[in-house]
Amino acid sequence: MSSSLINGLFIFMLAGFIGFEVIRRVSPLLHTPLMSLTNALDAIAVVGAILIVGEHKSTLSTVLGVVAVIAATSNVVGGFLITDRMLKMFKTSRPAKP
Amino acid sequence: MSDFAGNQTVIEVVYLVASALFILSLRWMSSPSTARRGVRAGELGMVLAIAGTLLHHGIVDYKWIVIALVLGTGIGIPLGRVQMTAVPQRTALSHAFGACCVTLVGAAEFYLRTPNVPPFMMAVLSMEVILGSLTFTGSLMAAGKLQEILPQRPLTYRGQNVVNLSLLGVSIALAAYLVVHPGASHLFPLMAGIPLVFGILMVIPIGGADMPTVISLLNSYAGLSAAAMGFVLDSKLLIIAGALDGSSGFILSVIMSKAMNRSFTNVIFGAFGQVQPSAAAGQEAKNVRSATAEEAASILSAANQVVIVPGYGMAVAQAQHKVRELYDALSRRGVQVRFAIHPVAGRMPGHMNVLLAEADIPYDKLMDMEDINGDFVQTDVALVIGANDVTNPAARNDSTSPIYGMPILDVDKARTVMVIKRGMSPGFAGIDNPLYYSDRTLMLFGDAKSFVGNIVRELGGGGQN
Repeated sequence: MSSSLINGLFIFMLAGFIGFEVIRRVSPLLHTPLMSLTNALDAIAVVGAILIVGEHKSTLSTVLGVVAVIAATSNVVGGFLITDRMLKMFKTSRPAKP
Repeated sequence: MSDFAGNQTVIEVVYLVASALFILSLRWMSSPSTARRGVRAGELGMVLAIAGTLLHHGIVDYKWIVIALVLGTGIGIPLGRVQMTAVPQRTALSHAFGACCVTLVGAAEFYLRTPNVPPFMMAVLSMEVILGSLTFTGSLMAAGKLQEILPQRPLTYRGQNVVNLSLLGVSIALAAYLVVHPGASHLFPLMAGIPLVFGILMVIPIGGADMPTVISLLNSYAGLSAAAMGFVLDSKLLIIAGALDGSSGFILSVIMSKAMNRSFTNVIFGAFGQVQPSAAAGQEAKNVRSATAEEAASILSAANQVVIVPGYGMAVAQAQHKVRELYDALSRRGVQVRFAIHPVAGRMPGHMNVLLAEADIPYDKLMDMEDINGDFVQTDVALVIGANDVTNPAARNDSTSPIYGMPILDVDKARTVMVIKRGMSPGFAGIDNPLYYSDRTLMLFGDAKSFVGNIVRELGGGGQN
């Protein structure tokens, strides 16, 4: 195993623990926007797909990459849009602080 | 050459900043007051990461990137504007898109590298493709069931689990062979294709009531496949984003399973809701008391404490705006009104809160199950609208009931219970609800939207207060 794979495993482990601790604190009130937000963040996979398209190493890889970029971009745009739309609706009955 | 290296450092720093922004984004989701800042942080991180990637020196052709980004945006905008009742199927669809991206990138990487793929690389690449494929079709199935294009009832047949597991086993065996012989590229489509079938078969036996757990589980798989892709591409940013998404989906699946008193394996391997031969027998002997909108309005206006228990039936009837009018009318009369939200009310985690927030009900009136269950004893009226199994006291006191042990809202402890329902049909789980035959319970038969509207009219037009 190369050292970059070992590094990757360390990062995965640490990010997993951070995710666990951070997400445990999210109120059940916001679980739906949470899922649409993580979905949008997960679509960061688009960067991998962009590289495959841009490097243009073979026709097959470019075609697969283009479809992948389309799928991921729609998640980025749709995910952030709907998360913000949902969060905008959450209002409190207490008067806002001045 | 030094210019390339400098460029590479800039990209890595941008990715580092984006990773921090992603973590902050989730951190700010902890409270509604900071959550929108969280979305801004996520968006900024995403824009930085994409812009940084475009600086990469390996990119020789921008034309197709731009075309794909524009097309993706064109699909994404309508998907971001769907109705709030359709958010569960939109979410399932976006899991499918995410998994599609990951699988295709995995396939492209394999064909570019074969036959020179180191064993560990091939192992994570296989994991990426297998998880991605099964999440892709599984999520499409889930979206189809939620959109009611496909039947919501679980479909089961003998030996289902054996067939499914052997399919997955074959795919993993092929992956193992490819790890040893990465040049055997003719086997790759088979390894990627079998999980597509597995994904369909995995979701077929799962009923509508289990959708919150399934969506969360597929969310977790989508995250894990993206993390695996991060290993293949040696991208720390992707590993981090995938790990965050994976743990989020995992936590939500655990919460959903607990709320239904079921284990993961039980949701996936034990189709729910098709065994109901015995319950129908003793039904005709029981009496129910029913009431009119006028009677319901007078009981509600005499109450001090009212708890409304909304279920998915309320959303199906599009009654949430009428419920808000009821909330307003009662609040004006000095009645304290709160909402009791069961974790699996709706078709995905937290769905009911979004539907009520959309109807302008303040979120500080939306109570979680643990926070409100102790208060039902002091509640004058519990008004159940379109919820069934989550209020079934059999879950607490009938050990023969299929839902025995499931945490429920203790509405039967309120002084008066009112249930708005179309008729006496059982809920999703197909189980009879003893709550309806209690002498504290008044059944309000009718469509949720028009019945709540009638109560509001009675409350408003009374005039003799």
